Amino acid sequence: MNITALISNWIESKSRLLDLGCGDGSLLKTLIDQLQVRGYGLEIDPVSINNCIRKGINVIEQDLNSGLTNLNDGSFDTVLMTQTLQSLRYPHLVLDEMLRIGDQAIITFPNFGHWRTRASLLFNGRMPVTKQLSYQWYDTPNIHFFTYKDFETLCVERQIKIVGRVFVGGYSSTLGMDRVWPNLFAQTAIYRLRK
Amino acid sequence: MQNEMNEKSFNDGLHADALTHEVTFEDPLTLACGLILPTHKLVFETYGTLNKGRNNAILICHALSGNQHAAGLNTEGRPGWWDHYIGPDKPIDTNKFFVVCPNNIGSCFGSTGPNTINEDTDKSWGPDFPPLEVSDWVNSQVFLMEYLKIKCWSAVIGGSLGGMQAMHWAVSHSNRLKSAVVIAASLKLSAQNIAFNEVARRAIMSDPDFHDGAYLDQDITPKQGLALARMIGHLTYLSDSALGRKFGRLVRNGDLDAAEKALVEFEISSYLNYQGDKFADNFDANSYILITKMLDYFDLAQSFNDEAVDAFSKSSCNFLIVSFSSDWRFSPQCSKEITDALIEANKNVSYLQIDSDQGHDAFLLPNRRYEDGLRAFLFATSNHLNGAVK
Repeated sequence: MNITALISNWIESKSRLLDLGCGDGSLLKTLIDQLQVRGYGLEIDPVSINNCIRKGINVIEQDLNSGLTNLNDGSFDTVLMTQTLQSLRYPHLVLDEMLRIGDQAIITFPNFGHWRTRASLLFNGRMPVTKQLSYQWYDTPNIHFFTYKDFETLCVERQIKIVGRVFVGGYSSTLGMDRVWPNLFAQTAIYRLRK
Repeated sequence: MQNEMNEKSFNDGLHADALTHEVTFEDPLTLACGLILPTHKLVFETYGTLNKGRNNAILICHALSGNQHAAGLNTEGRPGWWDHYIGPDKPIDTNKFFVVCPNNIGSCFGSTGPNTINEDTDKSWGPDFPPLEVSDWVNSQVFLMEYLKIKCWSAVIGGSLGGMQAMHWAVSHSNRLKSAVVIAASLKLSAQNIAFNEVARRAIMSDPDFHDGAYLDQDITPKQGLALARMIGHLTYLSDSALGRKFGRLVRNGDLDAAEKALVEFEISSYLNYQGDKFADNFDANSYILITKMLDYFDLAQSFNDEAVDAFSKSSCNFLIVSFSSDWRFSPQCSKEITDALIEANKNVSYLQIDSDQGHDAFLLPNRRYEDGLRAFLFATSNHLNGAVK
């Protein structure tokens, strides 16, 4: 199953969905088409925002790093954030906000514990540049590097319940390695969270 | 309904740039204040072609000092106030849309207002013109819509006071528009906003030529007061940084190094005086008082227990809300409040906060992101119109 299908499994049809850092709105559009959700995206990149508007996707120009206090408690069924947590100034505070605004949160992030990134640091002595994390250390928007184990420790600390998780690997997923040893073989971690 | 224009021209394939029309409605218009206008005239311009389905029409709502001449060149060769945005292949594309821009009642460019004749007295309305609210403008626009045999606007678009009209359409005539574009507007005016309007009114009313508003009977206009009112208003529509960039401390006349500085005239002084005088030559003082009060009275959520979310609850159109970073008359925060209320009310809404140092005036000026945003939103609107997959 692809990541979109995995995410849509956790979202009720016709519910209210907020996508933080929605990019060009592709995922949101798929979820709206599949599940008839009322979807809103938050985004700051002008080109992405325009692409959302052209698609007829609701997009709000708002910087996640400036807070989400304008959105009321429990005003969404699901707050979704894909591949964005690692680029936020204070990921832990945004995580709290997601579960204040939404009944549930769905998060995906690149697993920095993947064997390729580990190998790069171990054998090359250089910060890894992979297909999924394709930036140099100085220009990367990904300012926090963490593994799925780090993430789960944070959830425990902040009393966040993990009610679902799926790991998606690269080619190793065909061998099932990402399920046996996810911190080493999963490239992307998908979590379903509640307070 | 008496048509002073050739009605046939709206039936099929009307195409023109900047066509001026006028219509006098013989049906009474009941105003928010309770008074009734037994008849009223609207002058309006249209651009583009109304399609056979009559569903590609866009209503442009002008602001405080606006008029019907939104686009194209008028008979004097002057471009419209929003010409950069309306026209063939422009963001509001007249190859696709039929664009209608009326001059609203109470204004002074040919539609019924203080400077037109009151048939009951055979004299100018002057200060006796009934007070107006945004709902009155919208209700008069409904007359125009019916006259044009348009059942549903593809979009209602406006900046500032125009944005307030667009919101009022969405709240009060929800089934008569597919989308609303609300630019640099607010759910209601702040104390500071009202204060600026009050200073402007006081400037007009203290002009000795004002004659309690009956100046037309004296064959005179309170130009000094009106110019001063406009100078104050105009300043509030600009930002400190835009003024600094454009004028700085440039001197037009005189020499700052000279001992005698009484002769010094700064460029900003010259510019502002010119703007004031130009405005005083073209605008009616009673209209200015009337429309600034209309702004002050506007409060979208007033009859909904101050709950904007409830006000929007019956709206069914798609919204685009736009603000400008340096606008301090109707700041981005005002637009955020509108947006947040629409999200809470479960309505389709997108919000753009455009970087600009042009202040409130930015909504009239060229700006790439603003153009792209409008274009994208209307692209989605016309897709919807053509039954394409949303």
